[in-house]
Amino acid sequence: METLIVILVGILVSIGTYLILSRQLLRIVLGSSILSHAVNLLIITSGGLKTGSPPLLGEKVATYTDAIPQALILTAIVINFAVTAVVLVLCYRTYQNFGTDDMEQLRGNEHE
Amino acid sequence: MITFYSFVFLPFIFALLVPFLYKYLNRQVHTGWFVLLVPLTIFIYLLKYIPGVASGTTFEYTLSWIPSFGISITSYIDGLGLLFALLITGVGTLVIIYSIFYMSKVREALHNFYVYLLLFMGAMLGLVFSDHLLVLYGFWELTSVSSFLLIAYWYERKSSRQGALRALLITVLGGFGMLAGFIMLIMMGDTYSIREIIANMDVIQGHALFIPALLCILLGAFTKSAQFPFGIWLPGAMEAPTPVSSYLHSATMVKAGIYLVARMTPIFGGSAVWFWLVSGIGLVTLLYGSLTALRQTDLKALLAYSTISQLGLIMSLLGIGSLAVYFGPGETGKVFMVATFAALFHLFNHSTFKGSLFMVVGIIDHETGRRDIRYLGGLMQVMPITFTIALVGGLSMAGLPPFNGFLSKEMFFAAVNDVSQAGIFGLSKIGMLFPIIAWVASIFTFVYCMIFIFKTFGGVYRPEKLTRQVHEAPLGMLISPIILGLLVIFIFFFPNVLGEYILTPALTAILPMIPISDYDVKISAWHGLNIELIMTIGVVVIGLLLFKTAKRWIQTMRNYPHGLTLNHLYNVSLSGTERLSASLTNRYMTGSLRHYLIYIFSFFVILLMGSLLLLHGIQFDFSNDAAISIYEAGLVIAMIIASLTVLLAGNRILAIVALGALGYMVSMFFVIFRAPDLALTQMVVETVTTVLFLLCFYHLPKMTKRIERIPFKLTNLIISIAVGLTVTLLALSANGHKLFEPITSFFENAYELAGAKNIVNAILVDFRGFDTMLEISVLTIAGLGVYILVHQRSKRREQRETE
Repeated sequence: METLIVILVGILVSIGTYLILSRQLLRIVLGSSILSHAVNLLIITSGGLKTGSPPLLGEKVATYTDAIPQALILTAIVINFAVTAVVLVLCYRTYQNFGTDDMEQLRGNEHE
Repeated sequence: MITFYSFVFLPFIFALLVPFLYKYLNRQVHTGWFVLLVPLTIFIYLLKYIPGVASGTTFEYTLSWIPSFGISITSYIDGLGLLFALLITGVGTLVIIYSIFYMSKVREALHNFYVYLLLFMGAMLGLVFSDHLLVLYGFWELTSVSSFLLIAYWYERKSSRQGALRALLITVLGGFGMLAGFIMLIMMGDTYSIREIIANMDVIQGHALFIPALLCILLGAFTKSAQFPFGIWLPGAMEAPTPVSSYLHSATMVKAGIYLVARMTPIFGGSAVWFWLVSGIGLVTLLYGSLTALRQTDLKALLAYSTISQLGLIMSLLGIGSLAVYFGPGETGKVFMVATFAALFHLFNHSTFKGSLFMVVGIIDHETGRRDIRYLGGLMQVMPITFTIALVGGLSMAGLPPFNGFLSKEMFFAAVNDVSQAGIFGLSKIGMLFPIIAWVASIFTFVYCMIFIFKTFGGVYRPEKLTRQVHEAPLGMLISPIILGLLVIFIFFFPNVLGEYILTPALTAILPMIPISDYDVKISAWHGLNIELIMTIGVVVIGLLLFKTAKRWIQTMRNYPHGLTLNHLYNVSLSGTERLSASLTNRYMTGSLRHYLIYIFSFFVILLMGSLLLLHGIQFDFSNDAAISIYEAGLVIAMIIASLTVLLAGNRILAIVALGALGYMVSMFFVIFRAPDLALTQMVVETVTTVLFLLCFYHLPKMTKRIERIPFKLTNLIISIAVGLTVTLLALSANGHKLFEPITSFFENAYELAGAKNIVNAILVDFRGFDTMLEISVLTIAGLGVYILVHQRSKRREQRETE
């Protein structure tokens, strides 16, 4: 199971990287979103995917799943959401100001 | 101790006062008169050390500076330091008198001039008295900096700025080399003190760093003393006001390298590398300088190259003298010791005659408005006193009696004759070159001295070519060169006064291992009809012949191709370096985000993959894997399809929908992995993000219609696959390397410790609440950022609207 998820993560990372290397601004944002999904999955996998009950103490069971990665991912999701929002608005403003979303056209002058 | 330091640091203290003196008193009195007190006071103060030093005692003073690092301003007064200090303050006094009449009280920014000059004087004094290597280096660089400031004194001229920059670049390069050499020396000797290093000689001699330290220190000495091929900065430095050229670039600063070589002789002398480098480069410089001086038409440039040449002479004498360290006390050692003595003697003589010659050029420049010998001539009648001084200085430089240059040149010939018979370091084969080069260079020296004197003062007087009404210089300007000229003659007749009181103690400092008796270093004007005298007669005869025929061959020399000069080489290498670095930077700093990302990703892959492979970190352990159920397998396949859809989608709406699907599937994974809070958050966040994406697209009207594919790029593909592979391998290996038990069990006490049944929430707000607080700040900042971005209108858009 872990191996399968890790392979999935690898595929997601490849796709995300490929998108980030592209020329359109919004594809770059899409790529980084995929990357963040991949990372979240990786974090939860690294905690071990042993079956156990959800980390709620009310249930009288012997084992719980690892709660620490879950707390970490929760933080990561929120932060990632904030960053994505800012980046999206930045894209919006960039398009408004420069009339393009092509990174090659947006690239700086030679002597900046 | 306090008295000593207050005298040695007097220039620095006074430099602070000069601007005030200039501001409030310059209208009445030329600022130079106040400054004059400084070198004069120090000179008189230092005179009192002569009897003590001459009788063999040395003085030591220590001023603590950074005691925790063992750095203190240790001053050590021995013959060598005192000789230099007397030159610095003595010539300094004369130069300041001269500058009072040379520099206009009205037109020039005198406060700058004297501040720089005092700074230089203080640095130079500190340099020659320093026993601490790092402090010596500090003063050394201070001389470079103050020289830079002085060369560019007329900073509105381009040539001044260029000359200053070149001097700074070359001397600081050498300075850094020297610092490296000093540090190696400190490591070898385990002390900062030069004297202690000399005392620990046996430890240093066989050390692996011995030769590197030697080379680095010599680099410093050669650049400062304008040796071949580093001498090119000195002619450029002639853009400085003439008092500066006279002081720094003939009498004092350029001799700092000589001082360093002399100071280091007890440490490095006796090794073949040292001997060959110092004497060899010295001789090459001597020949090169004298040849190039012939080609010059500018009087100051001629003197600059002659300075280079004379410094080469002194350097080669020091190299020959270092053989005395090899031979040690005994007859042979004493023979070579005389060469060191000759070096010191010539060093002193050169300061006297070259100082006066520069002042003469300054007078000519000041009175005629020209410095080019092609316009000058026949000044003998109008400027008889200046002519006499030039004659004395010039003939002394040429090495004729009855002037001091004759004595030191005879000693130089004696030294090169002796060295050809030394029979060590391979000298038996090519030792004969020494006297030949020396002799040939002396002929050239003689010729350019004649050119200097007779092209300027002899011949026809052509007032129409000169810009000013020519007359004799004012007395004040003549005082200093007259004093120096008198010194030139005085030393010829009474050389042993100088020899006994000043030079012999300096010799003891350079060669402490050799006992010196009075008889050894007696200078005699008439030393019998020997080979040296015949050589001098040869120099005069051939030199006169060459001078008479100068018209025929000197033009050929001036036609020497510019492309082959060292100057040109320097300029080409400098501009080449600039071009190279510019093109290099332009090549990789393309301004394209994609390129930078490629660098980053490649570095990431190479570093991680490389270390994984090199450290044999790849190790899989599937034994702990949980079983795969059908749901998970299905989800994985669906996710791969969704992400591929994002990648390959023809239009963006599809891409966004696919991304949303991917996000919901992630939250389904969280459900399967028994993470209810995560699943909830992920669901909500994914929804909001997708809405945001769509909103964004809605506001970008053209985009929604534009249908486009990502252009396929092989590089991108290779890099992204490599990145994915790296992450996979790393994660798998990390799973295979679980070393410790997780600390999760602690958090399972959430109810006892925090009163919460939801462990994840307890971690977020109780155990690790600090993270959550900052995460809230991130959200706040992002919200504010979005608000500002949306609401603040851009300048461009306003422009568009107003148009």
